[in-house]
Amino acid sequence: MENMREIDTKEIGGKLYAMILKAGRNLTPSCVAALQAAKQKESRPLCKTALGVCLENGKIAARENMPVCQDTGLAVVILEIGQNVRLTGAPLADEVNAAVRRAYQDGCFRKSCCDPLTRENTGDNTPAVLYTELTAGDGVKISFLPKGFGSENMSRIFMLTPARGTEGILESIEETVRLAGGRPCPPVYVGVGIGGTFDKCAYLAKKALLRPVGEHHPRADVADIEKKALERVNALRIGAQGFGGDVTALGVSCEIAPTHIAGLPVAVNVQCHCVRCEEERL
Amino acid sequence: MKKFDMTKDAGKISELHAGEFVLLSGTVYTARDCAHKRLHALLAEKKPLPFEPEGAAIYYAGPCPAPEGKACGSCGPTTAARVDVFTPELLDAGVKFMVGKGERSDEVARAAVKNGCVYFAAVGGAGALYGNAVKKCELVAFPDLLSEAIYRFEIEDFPVFVAIDAHGGNIYKR
Repeated sequence: MENMREIDTKEIGGKLYAMILKAGRNLTPSCVAALQAAKQKESRPLCKTALGVCLENGKIAARENMPVCQDTGLAVVILEIGQNVRLTGAPLADEVNAAVRRAYQDGCFRKSCCDPLTRENTGDNTPAVLYTELTAGDGVKISFLPKGFGSENMSRIFMLTPARGTEGILESIEETVRLAGGRPCPPVYVGVGIGGTFDKCAYLAKKALLRPVGEHHPRADVADIEKKALERVNALRIGAQGFGGDVTALGVSCEIAPTHIAGLPVAVNVQCHCVRCEEERL
Repeated sequence: MKKFDMTKDAGKISELHAGEFVLLSGTVYTARDCAHKRLHALLAEKKPLPFEPEGAAIYYAGPCPAPEGKACGSCGPTTAARVDVFTPELLDAGVKFMVGKGERSDEVARAAVKNGCVYFAAVGGAGALYGNAVKKCELVAFPDLLSEAIYRFEIEDFPVFVAIDAHGGNIYKR
């Protein structure tokens, strides 16, 4: 137990509570910048007007302390916990759910979590979709993403053959955005997971959405896929709100992991134009 | 900027054309998936609806709870297509206006022309802006559905696009 850093799970919960309130009420700075650039660039008047409404909405939400979108989503929480951390206090999941319960109540966020079969609302937006990872060091990185379902419903997974290669990946991304049309509230932000297993690539796609809009993957070949995919998606001319304009996506963000010699899993996770997420370290 | 009041300007529906950007005001009833299912059941049993359908407006939306000092919390439009199967019978029953987001089925577009109705597309995701423009909010029916219950809103200057007009104009058909 030497050299272990003790962190009370209450501290994680407290931090998360503040992050949830902030995320729900604010577009990320990179999202605002991308929306502004999109409005500038857009040539179709209907879409330009709609993008103006999106930007105005972001300002009103921040000013009035209101949720940016009424779909305040399922609460996705990713905790990357250093292996030299010893967690103390109440069970971690309990503190995480307590933070979600309190923040969704105090922030007047909509409770959108229900039983998948009876459809009965759980009433407090718990349980959170909680992922934990063990990492090196003695810190804790907390990521929070309120995930709305207009866009989540449009997400897809492809188990490609290795022969499909980069072209197959690009086609999968394009097909997903094309079939989604105006439904996920475009312009969308596209998170893509490449490699791993069926489940791993879906998780990577979700994590890809945490990256600021417009930032590229450090690996040149991955960044190249992001750029090419964005061009192809925008060529679909779905446009803001599906009104048929130049900007269908604000960005494409890919995360990769080694995979099996026999496969090429690709997950495409669609995010609406209200990109909301927070990241903090303890 | 063109303004349209669904209560006062009901006689001017034919002046609305697909693609127009208007500031919309008047009374709307919120209804999402579950509420539509129940409205459908009431119509099937020939029972009265919880609101007078003649000339009514339906807003496909489920609000966030209202913060102190506000009539309503964030409340942008939800995807209209999910209730397409229930829409023609509501238009036949007298509903004149629909507010939501995204494309509609051909059946809905045809029913809109037949009954002289208009579908407005609000900007999806702009929940704070629309919630702020709700000046009055009253629970009308199905409280057990929580945010999916039917509420009566008085709205003021909702920025919306005429998406499907009474003449068959449709911004999603290009």
